[in-house]
Amino acid sequence: MKKWMAMAAVLALGVPATAAQAADKLKACWVYVGPVGDFGYSYQHDVGRKAVDKALGDKVETVFLENVAEGPDAERAIERLAREGCKIIFTTSFGFMDPTIKVAAKYPDIKFEHATGYKKADNVGIYNARFYEGRYVMGQIAAKMSKTGTAGYIVSFPIPEVVMGINSFMLGAQSVNPDFKVKIVWVNSWYDPGKEADAAKVLLGQGADILVQHTDSTAPLQEAEKAGKLGFGQSSDMIKFAPKAQLTSNTDDWDPYYIARVQAVLDGTWKPDDTWGGMKDGMVVLSPFTNMPDDVKKMAEDTVAKIKSGEFHPFTGPITKQDGTTVGEAGKPLPDGELLGMNYYIKGIDDKLPQ
Amino acid sequence: MNDQLLSVILTIITASTPLLLAAIGELVVERSGVLNLGVEGMMAVGAVSGFGAALMTGNPYVGVFAALAAGAVLSLLFGFLTLTMVSNQVATGLALTLLGLGAAGLMGESFVGQPGIHLERLHIPGLSEVPLIGPILFGQDFLVYLSLIIVAAVSYVLFRTKAGLIIRAVGDSQQSAHALGYSVVGVRYLCVMFGGACSGLAGGYLSLAYTPQWVENMTAGRGWIALALVVFSSWLPWRIVAGAYLFGTITVMGFSLQAYGIGIPSQLLSALPYIVTILVLVVISGNRALMRANTPACLGQPFVPDR
Repeated sequence: MKKWMAMAAVLALGVPATAAQAADKLKACWVYVGPVGDFGYSYQHDVGRKAVDKALGDKVETVFLENVAEGPDAERAIERLAREGCKIIFTTSFGFMDPTIKVAAKYPDIKFEHATGYKKADNVGIYNARFYEGRYVMGQIAAKMSKTGTAGYIVSFPIPEVVMGINSFMLGAQSVNPDFKVKIVWVNSWYDPGKEADAAKVLLGQGADILVQHTDSTAPLQEAEKAGKLGFGQSSDMIKFAPKAQLTSNTDDWDPYYIARVQAVLDGTWKPDDTWGGMKDGMVVLSPFTNMPDDVKKMAEDTVAKIKSGEFHPFTGPITKQDGTTVGEAGKPLPDGELLGMNYYIKGIDDKLPQ
Repeated sequence: MNDQLLSVILTIITASTPLLLAAIGELVVERSGVLNLGVEGMMAVGAVSGFGAALMTGNPYVGVFAALAAGAVLSLLFGFLTLTMVSNQVATGLALTLLGLGAAGLMGESFVGQPGIHLERLHIPGLSEVPLIGPILFGQDFLVYLSLIIVAAVSYVLFRTKAGLIIRAVGDSQQSAHALGYSVVGVRYLCVMFGGACSGLAGGYLSLAYTPQWVENMTAGRGWIALALVVFSSWLPWRIVAGAYLFGTITVMGFSLQAYGIGIPSQLLSALPYIVTILVLVVISGNRALMRANTPACLGQPFVPDR
């Protein structure tokens, strides 16, 4: 039901929202999986699009499609943008990967950029952000701030991106308190404020006093605020929703990347790159550290500085898995390929990873 | 342990109330012989209107009223199309869902990312502090009580009053009701509006009490669950309470079990509320006589009065 509803929604709402029409301007286009009003993932991409508008508005015209369902429908949406004269198309969800590759093969003169996937082509570049860097710092803060020594972690789906985040958070927490515990609840949705709130209440009721989320709404953080507990934001800075509870938020900043890529098309220097940017590139930004004492803040800032300078990598080998086996070479970061396929918990997480 | 039990029970109540509100409204609509599949859309519009009105006036009760009114107005559109223009109810209901979700997104554009106004919980000094029972019985927001009052009222009106008899007559045998001189279309308009108001209220509960914020698609399919609960209840009001709370309980228990680290796959736990609801439905449907007696015979049938 949900799927075809989303498809129908594309028919209903998928009219490209076109800014000022001008034939001589370069047309840059975006495809979002959610509504721009989610105040999370798609919202943040749209902030990036607006930044392009602002920076290059005299030479570039931007267009976006929102609420595009992953799967066959996406191909039609992307192809329509291609036919309408878009010169560069950003497809921002994992499930747009195959459709992007297919359409790109038909339109070799158009540049495509796909986020969070792994398939490339002569005119398809890929990009993603190293969210796990922020989560390591969050783990350190959580271990310092928690009185019960237990965090509640609300998660969407067991894909490597999310598992990597949990592991990174726990590595950070263990670096401060080796006995730190985490309780994990999967809500099996990226976005369902009600369910996220339910999960948050249950976790707080079971003794977690810090909430972490890898879902997109502000609901868990609001529950933390209501209960007088602490938490971390996700994708956007959510401080307005939890002025007394938010410690920091792991935000995505696509602005510089989008501006640079569109500029490259203007200059004729665009190449299909493989970008996995982190704090160093300004793609992952922790919002201001709040509601914590100065020493914790300093620790967090130090870690951020070390990650930025490359002096430290959250996944420095050897990493001990739950079953006791280890991966990675001593003193060296795990290779990116290993991270992108992560399907195991590290030692210290008393839970079973759903397969 | 008491604290944990309490938090689980309180969570169950908030998770169940929106389902209950939307379902009891739809039950009345269906009892009058109309099938309105637009619950999800009316909920979304109710949620955004309630949020917006509360934000602008600073008063959550204004928000509650706005949610109710918005749901009723949208249902009036459905009523006009299906009752006056005699369009297909299924198609119109589906269109109403799409329209409602889209319109809510449009109306709510400027509300995204703004913290909302929270509907206060009741607090009776002394009573609300009684361990365990106090917060459950005397510490809810007023919509929780209202939802149960509505169920009691619907049950009473439908089965103990003449008005209820007329509603059921219209739903069971529109020609007979018409022949007796009752305005089939008029009764249905009122029932459809009642259903819309309840759906709007359910949406308002989401954006004012459950998770005080507005984000697109925040109804997340609850309207569809409410529709299913009506069938689950075999159109009997008190069974909706059982259904809504059963659904809420299993959802919240699933999270609870996960947090305890019991190795049951989370996908199974997420599916469990649906599975259990279907199983109970199958058991209930076993009693054919009861099902046939309570299913509105004219459900979804158009009515055009003879001129």
